[in-house]
Amino acid sequence: MIEVRRAGEHGVVLELQDNAAAVRVARGLASEPGLVDVVPGHRTVLVTWEDERPELIKLAEAALGDDEAAPIGAFVEIPVRYDGPDLDEVARLTALSPEEVAARHMRAEYIVGFLGFAPGFAYLLGGDERLRVERRVEPRERVPAGSVALAGPYSGIYPRESPGGWQLIGSTTTVLFDATRDSPALLSPGDRVRFVPA
Amino acid sequence: MIEVLAAGPLTTVQDSGRPGWAHLGVPPSGSADPQALALGNRLVGNDAGAAALEATLSGPRLRFRVTALVAVTGAETEASNRPLEVGAGEVLEVGRFLNGVRAYVSVRGGIDVEPVLGSRSTDLLSGLGPPQLREGDVLPIGREPPTAPQLDLAPPPPFPAEPTLRLLLGPRDDWFAPNALAGTWRVSPSSNRVGVRLEGPPIERIRHEELLSEGVVTGALQVPPSGQPILLLNDHPTTGGYPVLGVVHADDLPLAGQLRPGQRLSFVLRHSGASAGTP
Repeated sequence: MIEVRRAGEHGVVLELQDNAAAVRVARGLASEPGLVDVVPGHRTVLVTWEDERPELIKLAEAALGDDEAAPIGAFVEIPVRYDGPDLDEVARLTALSPEEVAARHMRAEYIVGFLGFAPGFAYLLGGDERLRVERRVEPRERVPAGSVALAGPYSGIYPRESPGGWQLIGSTTTVLFDATRDSPALLSPGDRVRFVPA
Repeated sequence: MIEVLAAGPLTTVQDSGRPGWAHLGVPPSGSADPQALALGNRLVGNDAGAAALEATLSGPRLRFRVTALVAVTGAETEASNRPLEVGAGEVLEVGRFLNGVRAYVSVRGGIDVEPVLGSRSTDLLSGLGPPQLREGDVLPIGREPPTAPQLDLAPPPPFPAEPTLRLLLGPRDDWFAPNALAGTWRVSPSSNRVGVRLEGPPIERIRHEELLSEGVVTGALQVPPSGQPILLLNDHPTTGGYPVLGVVHADDLPLAGQLRPGQRLSFVLRHSGASAGTP
């Protein structure tokens, strides 16, 4: 069942069952002519169009039923040092040792649920439930580029220095976004990610 | 080449922006008053979406090293809405704005900075595109387009003192009490190209769960827990976790882009209708 919610004269939000469905629909619609943006969210897809509203439900249902369109994303390994300023706090909140936090963070295989917040910032789903922590009460004005962070059900990596409220547990030198590359974002919705020791 | 003698409070390069990259987290950017950008470009014979300078609150002072055809549009100034020939070595002083908040300086040939992801726009949120103008910058002018300047245009209507913006309800209007947007709203001084922050009686929510992040469009009226809504402008993040009550009509976005701090405005609500649920 797909719920359609209006998002302006030239857009709708398609509300789907879960993130896997959202990723699947987004991939299915990505190359549809006449569309401007196809933006997956946690379990929605925002679709905007140029002139004529396309037959979105039909296209979305086709994408959901089509096994070929299933999210078989790239597999990406990200080398991390678990040296973040919030690692001890996360260990305290989860009643684990910092070493166990790092081990559990590396053990999971993540799926890129969607991007947002900044170019190349991927919301990674599928992490260890035990590592679920709230955002910091006081967001930081400056989070360094490459910070590996946790908030709620997500893991993420800050592509560039920016303000941020997530708990910083580590750092990577991997470049997440480079506008001069053919595919500017390292991670796309549906990609699988694993963190490995740097 | 154009030499920046004084940049003004905030002047950036803007064209029609970077649509089509939102799924990678890239904001749309582009001119906050696309109508004014298009008019300026027509007056100098450019494509409607060619790169121009977007000045905020008051104008820059620019010395042209070559003779150029220039137009100032958007926020009203002494020099607005007519083509001007600026001679080599002469200075264009855009000056004070009589109303509105963003003026565009279009130059025949366009501002020829390096495009990033297909656009020359400055994205103040993400840091894509050229940085905001600073005194001493030198800006290249692009090649003359084959199209001729169009001079037979009626002047644009003045900005209303207290505008009414049409708002199409959704995607999350059912999360709010009916009539939540009644009355007038005041533009907060902390508004910028990411969004116009509005002040008024807090909007009451009837659903209190947390919204899972979803894609948002320019013109979306996003309601954070404070109940003080934010009207998203061109440098908005591509996804957000606050529910969007409605979206301003595309034809009213130029008015939204010209709202001044302290100004009052109201909304007229339009329902998306029963047909919204069918393809």
